[in-house]
Amino acid sequence: MFRNQYDTDVTTFSPHGRIFQMEYAMEAVKQGAATVGLCSCTHAVLVASNKPASELSSFQRKVFRVADHVGVAFSGLTADGRVLTKFLRNECINHAFVYEAQLPVSRLALRLADKAQVCTQRSWKRPYGVGLLVAGLDETGPHLYYNCPSGNYFEYQAFAIGSRSQAAKTFLERKFEGFNKYTPEQLIKDALSAIKETLQGEKLTSSNCTVAIVGRIEDGTAEPFQVVDTKRIQAIIDSMEAAEEAPAEPSSMQEEDKGSDAAPMDI
Amino acid sequence: MAKFSPYENNGGTCVAVAGDGYCVVAADTRLSVGYSILTRDHSKICQLADKCILASSGFQGDIKALQKNLAAKELVYEHNHNKKMSCPAMAQLLSNTLYYKRFFPYYTFNVLGGLDSQGKGCVFTYDAVGSYERTGYSAQGTGAKLITPVLDNKLKSPNPLILPARDAVTPLSESEAVDLVKDVFASATERDIYTGDKLEIVVINSSGIHREYIELRKD
Repeated sequence: MFRNQYDTDVTTFSPHGRIFQMEYAMEAVKQGAATVGLCSCTHAVLVASNKPASELSSFQRKVFRVADHVGVAFSGLTADGRVLTKFLRNECINHAFVYEAQLPVSRLALRLADKAQVCTQRSWKRPYGVGLLVAGLDETGPHLYYNCPSGNYFEYQAFAIGSRSQAAKTFLERKFEGFNKYTPEQLIKDALSAIKETLQGEKLTSSNCTVAIVGRIEDGTAEPFQVVDTKRIQAIIDSMEAAEEAPAEPSSMQEEDKGSDAAPMDI
Repeated sequence: MAKFSPYENNGGTCVAVAGDGYCVVAADTRLSVGYSILTRDHSKICQLADKCILASSGFQGDIKALQKNLAAKELVYEHNHNKKMSCPAMAQLLSNTLYYKRFFPYYTFNVLGGLDSQGKGCVFTYDAVGSYERTGYSAQGTGAKLITPVLDNKLKSPNPLILPARDAVTPLSESEAVDLVKDVFASATERDIYTGDKLEIVVINSSGIHREYIELRKD
């Protein structure tokens, strides 16, 4: 598409009323590794897929705790994400210092969105090239927000961003109506299934995904935002795989199964 | 017309004693102004990190501000280093925070107690502008002059200049240290009008933090 004339800086509109630099920034988000967020009426879960830059390196950290009650996961230019995380942490600390109360998640998302908007209206700045999923718990329950480089933000029941996120979104669209009643364990399972959709055949293990959860447990106390440890994730992944294989013929786990499909099955 | 003073002494006494594997931090709970009592039930003790407790006496407004300031800085440290601050690290931070206001000081007399990275008890004692020292025990506040001689008698840390070098921790056991602290507070309460009501004792050891309250004379 010939849009090169109006894309030199972020302060130029195109004749169709678009700002291409902003859209290019959103493209950067789409190129990043996939991240998924889900919400029930008690918990919010974030899952990020870990893609190492090369076989020799470790993966980029994309899930960060911002405060006890809120954390973020992002896709895109992770360096921008780190800087924004620092900003969010500072906002939470300052709010708690002045008001002796936790910063509500919606206000945090708003501050982030306002900061992102500034970069879309200054000729000497560039938009942040990262999309953030902000998951947190406040007085009104758990929330999940998606913050775009454009400065827009929306609240979601479930969302996926990054490369191949459409596969995850399709999966979530099928299942989201039941999320509110989910237990935290079910929420993590579905989040992992959603991330699995983005892996396109690659095996899901506890080392290629990071899971974090925040919420309010049954007795009313808040479970602070924390990354779930790898052993628990591996156990959940194993139980997910066992559940998948159970309905199939128990005799084999691999392709030999196809032959016995001819056996009569009830509707 | 009296000149406005930004400071007020709300009284109270804080004591800390370090042992091998534990630290006892204690403070009374009386808040006063002049010859009046504001409340009998105010804690001067603040937990700043896992193994780090701050007890402060002096001007309550500055104490509150200082505690909040330190708690916020500790959170920033946690975010940057992915772990909670150690007691010696907090000791340095407290000193720097106090000196930062060298020309309009926090009217606070602080005692920081906790476990160091080896699990040994440590006590740090401060003046209002951040001069500090690691010791085996310390008392600060209105009752300090009454308490310190008794602690010296029981726990005198060896002079750091003599050889061989000896530990700054007391040879007492945890329960003996707690009993000692209760005794010195009972004594201070007798003669210091600003000390009394209740004693809050916090003990940190390897299994965590334990808090107890003892009644003191209310006059």
